[in-house]
Amino acid sequence: MAEADFSGYTCPAPLRPQDTIVLGHGSGGTLSHDLLRRLFLPGLGQAAPRSLDDSARIEMDGWRLALTTDSHVVSPLFFPGGDVGRLAVCGTVNDLAMVGATPVALTCGFVIEEGLSFEVLQRVVDSMRAAAEEAGVFIAAGDTKVVQRGAADRLFINTAGVGRVPEGIDISGANARAGDAVIVSGSLGDHGIAVLSAREGLDFEMDLDSDVAPLNHLVAAMLAAGEVHVLRDPTRGGAATALVEIANQSGVVIELQQDSLPLKAQVRAACELLGFDPLYVANEGKLVAMVRTEHAERVLQAMRATRYGADARIIGRVVRSGIPQVRMRTAIGGTRLIDMLPGELLPRIC
Amino acid sequence: MKYIDEYRDPNRVRALLAALQRATTRPWVLMEICGGQTHAFLSHGLDELLPGGIELVHGPGCPVCVTPLEQIDKALRIASRPDVLFTSYGDMLRVPGSTTDLFTVRARGGDVRVLYSPLEAVLLAQAHPDKQVVFFAIGFETTAPANAMAVLQARERAVPNFSMLVSHVCVPPAIRAILDSPENRVDAFLAAGHVCAVMGYHEYVPIARDYRVPIVVTGFEPTDLLLGILAAVRQLEAGEARAENAYERAVTLEGNRSAQSAMSSVFRTVDRKWRGIGTIPMSGLGLRPEFADFDAELRFEVGDLTTQESSLCIAGAILQGIKKPIQCAAFATQCTPQNPLGAPMVSSEGACAAYYRYHRQAVPSG
Repeated sequence: MAEADFSGYTCPAPLRPQDTIVLGHGSGGTLSHDLLRRLFLPGLGQAAPRSLDDSARIEMDGWRLALTTDSHVVSPLFFPGGDVGRLAVCGTVNDLAMVGATPVALTCGFVIEEGLSFEVLQRVVDSMRAAAEEAGVFIAAGDTKVVQRGAADRLFINTAGVGRVPEGIDISGANARAGDAVIVSGSLGDHGIAVLSAREGLDFEMDLDSDVAPLNHLVAAMLAAGEVHVLRDPTRGGAATALVEIANQSGVVIELQQDSLPLKAQVRAACELLGFDPLYVANEGKLVAMVRTEHAERVLQAMRATRYGADARIIGRVVRSGIPQVRMRTAIGGTRLIDMLPGELLPRIC
Repeated sequence: MKYIDEYRDPNRVRALLAALQRATTRPWVLMEICGGQTHAFLSHGLDELLPGGIELVHGPGCPVCVTPLEQIDKALRIASRPDVLFTSYGDMLRVPGSTTDLFTVRARGGDVRVLYSPLEAVLLAQAHPDKQVVFFAIGFETTAPANAMAVLQARERAVPNFSMLVSHVCVPPAIRAILDSPENRVDAFLAAGHVCAVMGYHEYVPIARDYRVPIVVTGFEPTDLLLGILAAVRQLEAGEARAENAYERAVTLEGNRSAQSAMSSVFRTVDRKWRGIGTIPMSGLGLRPEFADFDAELRFEVGDLTTQESSLCIAGAILQGIKKPIQCAAFATQCTPQNPLGAPMVSSEGACAAYYRYHRQAVPSG
């Protein structure tokens, strides 16, 4: 056996300037943040910490308004527990709710690929109406564009929403304080795994529904029960990415307890099989909250009395102010760091 | 969850750690061959619970890390062709070749798809007879049987538009290469449980004997890892050097005979280049001549493509256990998972990525 030359071992991978948008730029993780910082915020917005909240706040003639927009491009259009229509309404309602706003009205824009059947569109619209009624918002305006085959994938829906921020409510990712309890409203990763199981290419079946749901009534109950500092819906990039964003915005260290994380058996099993960490899998009907610790029990009780907060629990604490960090005490007593999703969530090789 | 929770039981972990503490009287350097084990140690925070004298170094068992640059360049060239539907395991998409990566090829219009099984690539080829469907067959003995099955199915079903870009590597020659290196400091090896589930561990018996080094077949859950370490330390403390199985629920001495037979009917042992290490004789698997029709290198005439590698990172030292990722000046500064300088930072099994994700201290992210 010839002796291998390890001394010359190099791993080349040149530093490459990203000159092309790749799917990872839309994954909600670090690449998405790079895109925001490099291009959108300098070009279109201000790089203030609050610009990274789920909704913008606007004060106008004594009115405190929240404004947000979100595009929905899920494939397949219908998945266990939901569809693109319910997702489009809930996504925007939840973004408004995550700054403590009461959602008032939405707009919707449809981009439709030619060839889509009326029946499919009817089902999506019915689902949007049901979700809007559940949330108590009305859809005030809309727009339709039809593009030629191949220019879109069946149906894309953009929704924008406006809400009213009640007097005295100040919720932001920048408001986490040392001592706050970190609360999650229920099991993590249900949406991402449910959609994945319905997608071609990964051939497995399971009994699991997406959690897609409007969270504004849950938020109203929380705000009435105690002092809430931060709310965020951990969609793309999952709970890990949401918590790292909050740690960065607030300048705090957050510590999670692994054995407190609520995970359904199906989600755990799918994640074990595919090599995913459930903390990075998307949710569409869950929120994470930082709540003043003395009020945590009251807020939890209020959450558990609502439909979408029945399994709410404390998963960690804001330990202190300092260099932003999220870490986790593992079930066996070790610690590890939690970082944002770097790009796309990829199944492992073996 | 059954078959998982019992191997992560904190009480069993504590008992094994106490036994390990009692068994360890001197410092020992152990290498876990497989990157999956590196990630398991760090994601459970198990590394910091080990007795102080035990040092873990991370081996070359990361298929993404050791796939040579020129194989990636071949993949990129094939995937860029308009007539090709290129399929791969997910991890491979992020690995940069000398100019770009598969993500970017896809963003520029290439049809690149992530599959979880190579058998799906054969189905895709049948569903798209107008396209050339190519599967990027990388990995150790773990992925080779399924890849062999895909080739056998393609032949049985006479799928002419299916081919495979093969870059398989084998574990035992890598262990020998590490032991042959004059800089070797590894006292014992934890062999990868899933590789041994396929191959058995009879190949390690002569290596353990000839090099006087304990090799312990080890699983992936916290108690599995601790059982492997405990067995290795007990051998070292007793002055023994054997191939030992600490993963009996999955591994036998002979391994999975039908998987091995599928592999040997499709693949033969060949010299294989390892990224940065260079060519290790008889360390890889290539298609047998009778399956040459399914060889993407021949079909797309990329066999003679060679790429010169640059020398920007210390992955060589990391993969043989001389240095830890955090000892690299580029770690978490110039080199991150978004902008990897080296393959160990790319793969979900790479040692640098594991340190970046779980152990990067006080580096603000984002």
